Amino acid sequence: MGAVSPGTLRRTPLFDRHEAAGAKLVPFAGWEMPVQYPAGIRAEHLAVRGATGVFDVSHMGQIETMGPGARDLLQRLLSNDVDRLSVGGAQYALLCHEGGGVLDDLFTYRLAPDHYLTVTNAANHDKDLAWFRHHAQGAEVLDAHDRYAMLAVQGPGAREIVQAMADAPLPARMNTAQRVLGGRSVLVCGTGYTGEDGVELLADPDHAGALWDEIVHRGAAPTGLAARDTLRLEVCFHLYGNDLTEERGPIEAGLGWACKEATGFIGAEAVHAAREAGPAQRLVPFRLTGPGIARQGNRIEGGGEVTSGTLSPSLEVGIGMAYVPTQRAAVGTELQIDVRGRVRSAVVAEKPLYRREEQETHG
Amino acid sequence: MAEATYPDDLLYHPEHDWARVDDDTATLGITWYAQDLLGEVVFFDPPDVGTTITAGESYAEVESVKAVSDVIAPLSGEIIEVNTALGDNPETINDDPYGEGWMVRIRLSDVSETESLMDAAAYAATLE
Repeated sequence: MGAVSPGTLRRTPLFDRHEAAGAKLVPFAGWEMPVQYPAGIRAEHLAVRGATGVFDVSHMGQIETMGPGARDLLQRLLSNDVDRLSVGGAQYALLCHEGGGVLDDLFTYRLAPDHYLTVTNAANHDKDLAWFRHHAQGAEVLDAHDRYAMLAVQGPGAREIVQAMADAPLPARMNTAQRVLGGRSVLVCGTGYTGEDGVELLADPDHAGALWDEIVHRGAAPTGLAARDTLRLEVCFHLYGNDLTEERGPIEAGLGWACKEATGFIGAEAVHAAREAGPAQRLVPFRLTGPGIARQGNRIEGGGEVTSGTLSPSLEVGIGMAYVPTQRAAVGTELQIDVRGRVRSAVVAEKPLYRREEQETHG
Repeated sequence: MAEATYPDDLLYHPEHDWARVDDDTATLGITWYAQDLLGEVVFFDPPDVGTTITAGESYAEVESVKAVSDVIAPLSGEIIEVNTALGDNPETINDDPYGEGWMVRIRLSDVSETESLMDAAAYAATLE
């Protein structure tokens, strides 16, 4: 990776607030983002599991697809069946190339019959936008990144905090609706990346600061990207660039449920072939059975490698996801992971790695 | 500890390690700056007693939630004691980096190496 001078990094509308809060700011996909606040990763992580956290995810991109050709374009690009996405709904899908490899994983919200909003990963936004435009034909494709700041409010207390600011009931999980929060019009989405209930808010960048302040004032803990990563990994949500790449397809990544090949999306034939033949490797969650932490890139004896690894703040053991040969992907299979020259034992675990009930049962 | 501190009775290596030298032995650890940069330490993998370590080279690994970092030896010698308490409580490295968070004790192979290390004022100046 080439050196990036701080001057070339983009800043979100909340940058000054992160700096004032004492956040550690790091380069992330071309943005200068808060990786953690003084409370620390563990405290932030546990705040989201037990109460409420608020994340600045304004680095994530937005693409709006509009007009009479919008449905046809998205049905061609997205792996899921866009016809199952009703107005006010949300849908997860992959963006694949012809060979079936994954270009990005995306949430799309249907705002009106011919108006869709797709949220991209920051590192992929420009690539995705070019891909959308290349295939656009009749549809209007707009880069909406500069028009939105994006906050995620997540945790068992998240809805209560946001609801108290809202003019009407919040949309249910996997739904979206325009609401007025503290006098500001905001697109509220019942989605997230933590495994907890909560909402994601798409707001005018000029309103982001006041929105953030009020959410924090009402008790949400500012939470950085490091805790966002440990939270998503505990519930086995994929991270593009780690668990998903252009070299691997949705079937081996365990995302066959988000692929409806009958729609004829770009890559559908390759995905169908992989589904029929069965993939040579599969992405599995694992937990270490002893001390240590496996990390991205660690090799697994007998084939495969770790694509995400960390210490689980909730479970207090090393966890992760790895591609392993299909015959070794069954839950309970023992894995030997080469962690920088030292072999560590792990076991293929059930998805998700963390469940609230489990925590309550076992303390 | 929340505030940056660099005790005067220690010697410092530019890779953010400290040494408390006592005749021909030294106790080693990482500085306040290093533990702050790492964030909460969640795992420390100590080397074995009897291992020979070399100044400027890694002798152990310390892990935060996010990353793993090498711990660089400020001085050369043979490990005569390791802080096994860090196995169960690695966060001690954050809480008390110069006290209970010490990592290993070594018998120095070349006492003159201490002359190449910095005092607290010189080390603190490199961080500014």
